[in-house]
Amino acid sequence: MTEMAIGGPLEGEKRAASGIHTSEAAKLRLKSRYSAERRFKLYGIAAIVFALAALATLLFTILGNGVTAFQQTFVRIPISFEAEAIDTSGKRDIDELRRGDYAALIRSSLSKQFPDVTDRLGQRQLFGMFSAGAPDQLRDMVLAEPGVIGQTRDVWLYASSDVDMLNKGFIDRKTPEQSRRLSDRQISWVDTLASSKAIEKRFNARFFTGGDSREPELVGVWGAVVGSFFTLMVCLSLSLPLGIMAAIYLEEFAPKNRFTEIIEVNINNLAAVPSIVYGLLGLAVFIGFFGFPRSAPMVGGLVLALMSLPVMIIASRASIRAVPPSIREAALGLGASKVQTVLHHVLPLAMPGILTGTIIAMAHALGETAPLLMIGMVAFLVDIPSGPLQAATVLPVQVFMWADSAERGFVEKTSAGIMVLLVFLLAMNALAIFLRKKFERRW
Amino acid sequence: MTLPVLLLVLAVLSVGAFYWGRSTAVRMAQTSALHSLPSYFGFYVLVWCGLPTILLLSLWLAGEDWVVRLLVVADLPESLRNLPTDQLNLLISDIRNMAYGNVPSTAATPETRAAVEHYVSLKAVGDWLVWGLSLLLFVAGAMFARSRMTPQFRARNRVETVLTVVLVASSTVAVFTTVGIVLSLLFEALRFFARYPVLDFLFGLTWSPQTAIRADQVGSSGSFGAVPLFAGTLLISAISMLVAIPVGLMSAIYMSEYAPRSVRSVVKPILEILAGIPTVVFGFFAALTVAPAIASLAAAVGLQASPQSALAAGAVMGIMIIPYMSSLSDDVISAVPNTLREGSYGLGATQAETIKRVVLPAALPGIMAAFIISFSRALGETMIVVMAAGLAANITANPLDTATTVTVHISALLVGDQEFDSAKTLSAFALGLTLFLVTLAMNVVAQRIVKKYREQYD
Repeated sequence: MTEMAIGGPLEGEKRAASGIHTSEAAKLRLKSRYSAERRFKLYGIAAIVFALAALATLLFTILGNGVTAFQQTFVRIPISFEAEAIDTSGKRDIDELRRGDYAALIRSSLSKQFPDVTDRLGQRQLFGMFSAGAPDQLRDMVLAEPGVIGQTRDVWLYASSDVDMLNKGFIDRKTPEQSRRLSDRQISWVDTLASSKAIEKRFNARFFTGGDSREPELVGVWGAVVGSFFTLMVCLSLSLPLGIMAAIYLEEFAPKNRFTEIIEVNINNLAAVPSIVYGLLGLAVFIGFFGFPRSAPMVGGLVLALMSLPVMIIASRASIRAVPPSIREAALGLGASKVQTVLHHVLPLAMPGILTGTIIAMAHALGETAPLLMIGMVAFLVDIPSGPLQAATVLPVQVFMWADSAERGFVEKTSAGIMVLLVFLLAMNALAIFLRKKFERRW
Repeated sequence: MTLPVLLLVLAVLSVGAFYWGRSTAVRMAQTSALHSLPSYFGFYVLVWCGLPTILLLSLWLAGEDWVVRLLVVADLPESLRNLPTDQLNLLISDIRNMAYGNVPSTAATPETRAAVEHYVSLKAVGDWLVWGLSLLLFVAGAMFARSRMTPQFRARNRVETVLTVVLVASSTVAVFTTVGIVLSLLFEALRFFARYPVLDFLFGLTWSPQTAIRADQVGSSGSFGAVPLFAGTLLISAISMLVAIPVGLMSAIYMSEYAPRSVRSVVKPILEILAGIPTVVFGFFAALTVAPAIASLAAAVGLQASPQSALAAGAVMGIMIIPYMSSLSDDVISAVPNTLREGSYGLGATQAETIKRVVLPAALPGIMAAFIISFSRALGETMIVVMAAGLAANITANPLDTATTVTVHISALLVGDQEFDSAKTLSAFALGLTLFLVTLAMNVVAQRIVKKYREQYD
C-alpha cells in the first residue's frame, strides 16, 4: 500500500529541502504506487475478461452442442408397399390405411436386405436402428398418395437417435459394447449402409415445424414457439396499456400524497419480487380461485403481465419524464387541457422510449421459466396449440423439459432449442436498439 | 363459444357509436357553437355504451359458471345432491365434460344425462341472455348519452374525468398485485401452519415432505423443518456473491473510470447480452458444462465433488448476477461528482488511490444497496438451481457437496401432479411466503440505505 507519510508542515519543508521527491526512498515509493495503480487497472481488465469469457464459453457450448441438431440422420431403404400389411381389404379405406402395420413393411425390407440376420435379438436391433416415427412416416406417405401401394420405392426414413448420435460422432466406438447404446453389430450395419451411401444427414425441417416428442430425433420447437407467441400476446395486451396508463397517471397527474407514495413504493418493491413468487400467485389466484385451466397460455400471459408491469411502468415513467416541460407549457399556453397536453403532445414524444422499454420487458418475459412451471405449463404436448386457452408450453420451458431428459440425443436438441430462443431474444433486443437509435431525441 | 363473436360485434358497434356521436355533434354545431370538439361527443357516447356493457360482461364471466352450477345442482335428484363435496365436484365436472362432448370419467346414468341436458339448456339460455342484455345495455347507453347532448354540454370534461378514473385504476393494479401475492401466500401458508407449527418449520433440522398416504405407512410422517433449505440457499447465494461482487464491482470500476469510450461502447452492450440470457440457459450450462468440469477438477486434486455440487450452481448464478451488480454499481460510481476526483488528483493521488480512497467511500451506500439487491436476486433465482443443484436437503458448508434451495423445493413440490390441501403442497406456499418476506425486507433495506446515506453534492 502506498501511504503518503507526510508529517507536520515543518517536517515536510525540511524533507523537501533534503529532496523528498528525488531521494532513493521516494523513487521506490513512487514505483510501488505506480505498480499498485497498474495492478488495480489489471484487476478491472481481468474482471471484464472473466465476464466476457464466461459469456463466450456459454455461447460456444450452446453452439457447439446445438448446431448438429439442425441436421438429422436418415436411412434409405427400399420399401415395398405390400397391400397385405396395410390394405388387406384392398378398398383403400382411409381408416384401414391409418391402422395398417407399417412397421411390418420396414421389417420385411430389412430381412431382405440383411438375410443373414435371423436371430430375434438381431432382428430387433436391426429394426431398432429406425426411429419410432419411421412407420408413421410411411403411413403419411401412403395417406398422401395411395397409389404407392403395391410399388417398391426407396424411402429415406428417420434413423433412431442412437444411430444419429453415432453418425454425428457423439458415440465413441472404442467404448466397450456393454456401456454403449449401440451394439457392435448395429455399428457394423451402419457402416455397411454408409458405404452404400444409404445413410445421410439432411436438414431437419421437423425441428422447426413439429411439436414435442418422446423421441429426441422427432422433436420440434414449433409448438413451444406458438405457445410462447400466445403467452406473450396475452402478456403484452394487458401490460402495455396498463403500464402506460399507470405511468401517465403517476408522472403527470398524481398529486404528492400518501396514496401515490404507497403506489410508488409498491411498484419498486414488486420489481424485486422473485419470479417464482408470481408463479405461486398465479397458481393460487388464477387457477385455484378463478378456476382458469392449467397449462393455458392465458394464465401464463396473465402471470407474466403482472410480473412485467412494474418494469413497464418504470421504463414508461422514465421516458415520459424525459419529455421537456417546455412542450407541456407550450401546449397548455395554447389552451390545451391537461389531458389533451398529455395525450396529444407528451405521449407521442415519449412513445419510442416506451416501446423500447416494452420490447425489452417482453424479451424478459419470453425467457421467463420459473413462474410458468408453477402454473403447469410443463405438460408434455405433441399438438400445436391453436388458442390461448389450450394447454401449451413455451420455449424456455420446452428447453427445461428437454434438458431434463436423460438421453444423449436431447443434449443437442436442448442446445438447438436454446439457440432458437436466443435468436428471438436477440431479434427483440436488436429491434429495441434500432428503435432507440432511430427515434432518440436530444432536447 | 359465442363470447368472441359478441366481443367482435360490440367492438364494431362501438366504432359506430363513436361516429354517430361525432356526426350528431357536427350537425348540432351548424346551429350553435359547441362547448367541446365533436370527437369528444363521440367519445362520450362511446363511454356510455361501452363501460356498462364491459361491466356486465365481466360480471357475467365471473358469475355464469357459478349460477349454472347452482341451478344444475338444485335440479339433481336428492341422492346425488347430498354427496360429499369432492364427489359432487367430480360429478359436476363430468356433466360439464359430457356437455362439451368430451369423455367423462364415469359412465353416464339417466340422472346425469338429464343433468347434462339441463346444463346444455341453461347454457343456451345464458347465451341468449348475455347477447340480449349487452345489446340492450349498449343501445340504452347510446340513448342516454344522446339525451344529454346539447351544444353547451361539457363533453370534454366528462370524458376527461372518466379517463382520469381509468388512469388511477390502472395505477392501482400494482397495489392489487401486492395484495394478491400477500393474501394468496398468507392464506395457503396459514393453512399449512395449522397442521404444522411455525416454529418447527422455521427451526426444524429435517426436511422430508413425504406424508403418509396410508395411516400405517412407515417412515413417511412428513417433516417440514426448513433449516436445511435455508442453509443451502445461503450457501449457494454466498458462492454466487463471491463470484459476482469482485467481478461485477471491478468491471464497473474499470468501465466507469478507466475504459476509453471505444472499449465502453463495445463491452457494455455485450454485458447487456449476458443480462438478457434466460436463466434456463444458465441452468443448462451449469448442469452440462460447469458441474462436470468442477467434478473432474476436484477429482484431479483428490477431492470428492458431487455432480450436483453447490459450487457449480453458485458459480453460474454468480455469472448471471455479474451484469446486475456491475450496472447498479456503475450507476452509483458515475454519480460521484468529478470535483471529488479532481480534488484527490490535485493532492497528488494516483487514479487507483483516488478510486479506493475517495470514489468508493463516496459510492459505498449505493454499492451496499447494489449488493443487497443482487443478493436478494440470488435468493430468488430458480431455474439455475432447479437444473444444477440437487434435491437432497442436507446442512453443509462444503461447496463441493450437494445443496438445495428454497426455490428448488417450491418447484419440486408444485410441478406435476399435486394433491391440493395436503401439507406437502401447502408447505410450498409457506416457503414462498418466507422467500417473499426475506427478499422484500432486503429490498426495503436497500432503499433505506440509499435514501439515508445518499450524499447530496449539488
